[in-house]
Amino acid sequence: MPTQHQKSASNTDPENKVLLAADNVAYVVHGKTILTDISLQLHSKEIITLIGPNGAGKTSLIRILLGLSHETSGTVVRGDDLRIGYVPQRVDVPKVMPIRVYDFLNVTGQHDIERCEQMLEEVSCAYLLYSPMQDISGGEMQRVLLARALLKKPQLLVLDEPASGMDIIGQQALYNTIRHIRDKHDCGILMVSHDLHLVMASTDRVICLNSHICCTGHPDDVSEHPEYLKLFGDAVEGLALYSHHHDHEHDLSGNIVESEHCHSCEHHQDNK
Amino acid sequence: MAAIFDDSFVLYALAAGIALALVVGPLGSVVVWRRMAYFGDTLAHAALLGVALAVAADQLPMAGVSIIGVLIAVVLFWLEKQRDLSTDTLLGILSHSALALGLIVLSVIQSQGFNINLMSYLFGDLLAVDQSDLVLMYGSVVVILLVFSQILSPLISMSVNEELARVDGVSVEKIRFVFMILLALVIAIALKVVGILLITALLIIPAATARLFSKSPKQMVLMSVLMAIVAVVLGLYSSLNWDFPTGPAIVVASSLLFFLSRIFSRV
Repeated sequence: MPTQHQKSASNTDPENKVLLAADNVAYVVHGKTILTDISLQLHSKEIITLIGPNGAGKTSLIRILLGLSHETSGTVVRGDDLRIGYVPQRVDVPKVMPIRVYDFLNVTGQHDIERCEQMLEEVSCAYLLYSPMQDISGGEMQRVLLARALLKKPQLLVLDEPASGMDIIGQQALYNTIRHIRDKHDCGILMVSHDLHLVMASTDRVICLNSHICCTGHPDDVSEHPEYLKLFGDAVEGLALYSHHHDHEHDLSGNIVESEHCHSCEHHQDNK
Repeated sequence: MAAIFDDSFVLYALAAGIALALVVGPLGSVVVWRRMAYFGDTLAHAALLGVALAVAADQLPMAGVSIIGVLIAVVLFWLEKQRDLSTDTLLGILSHSALALGLIVLSVIQSQGFNINLMSYLFGDLLAVDQSDLVLMYGSVVVILLVFSQILSPLISMSVNEELARVDGVSVEKIRFVFMILLALVIAIALKVVGILLITALLIIPAATARLFSKSPKQMVLMSVLMAIVAVVLGLYSSLNWDFPTGPAIVVASSLLFFLSRIFSRV
């Protein structure tokens, strides 16, 4: 039920103002329900991670929150003059465009070269300033996109699978950078991710999505939530073994503890 | 023959060619970035309809071409919003419908005794440019470049990634529409210089040549103006020297620049 989601997705800390709120949002494309009953709020200084299996509607939800797609029903309210920095999964710059990282960062002509370089330094990529955009690696691209988003002085930073295609070390470094950004720039962060374990360490709140919000709450609670385990149980076990978290296996193996941060919800449709 | 070429003729032709170079460079760069070559072609095909209608209505061909070009942009914009057909299909429909309609109108007005020199519109007639043409051309050039300089940043942003541009607050549709209108005006200027059949060449080739020598988008815009000016000068020179048709000579000069720069930059 929508009211329940909303309660579960709200933040009790009064200091952090609401940047963006979705109320009872549904998204239907060609008669197919992609999203339903989505109610959530994003707060400043909070890192929220959106997880869910392929086809759960993560990217659709992000696009709706960004205003790139329009919700079929429900409402999305953005704060007045909300500055959003968006870091898409990937950007393929056409080869026919001669464009260096500096030109890409300064496409509006508002930032001088020092500021661009300083921002690149913050994401540990200052050496890329004059590299052609087509020559940089996937991991570097993510950092450049991050720097570009930060140049806007965003109040909300939205990242769509920022670590996709990186190795574990690269991912860890990127998530550290993201945490550092939250502390330094005081912005709210919403990111989509598959990388359950790494994400959980650097996030304040997890929203588990599968067309609707299955569960939401503090990472530790969500990782034990039955809805979460139902969606990711096998994968989590595999990943846990793989990343040498043997000693924590018992936490994930089915001892389900209901917690106050985490509300279960009725399913409106069958999960595959 | 050479005695006929009064100095002012050559100067007028040169001035007209440079007017065109000043706009095909910048707009051609964006056409290349955004893969809009087929759109340019469509405008060029539709230009014949514009010329025929203008002659029938006893108006300036340039005005007819501008109006039809803007109309094509509006119709394309409307069709693209329906999203069930891809842009190249829509352009194919518009391009050939306009061309066929143009040929019909042309034959009707010819049968009614209007004398229309089709060749001069198909291949341009640069050496026949007069003072009033120049005034009209430079007037358009100033307007086009003013508007273009206002939308260049969003155009670059959109060419890199439309969604990023949208999140950054660029009204992508509006900018795209304005750019289409500017392109329609460029076609009208190009009519006298290279003619309907070769207009797209001058949008694409100087910009493609400039790509090789540019590190940034704005550099490419400036380099393609330079490439276009060199092509106009060389084309005009060879046309006067060897009596080549001027429009084709300019296009060939610009292709020569393209291939030579490819060959020598690889060395």
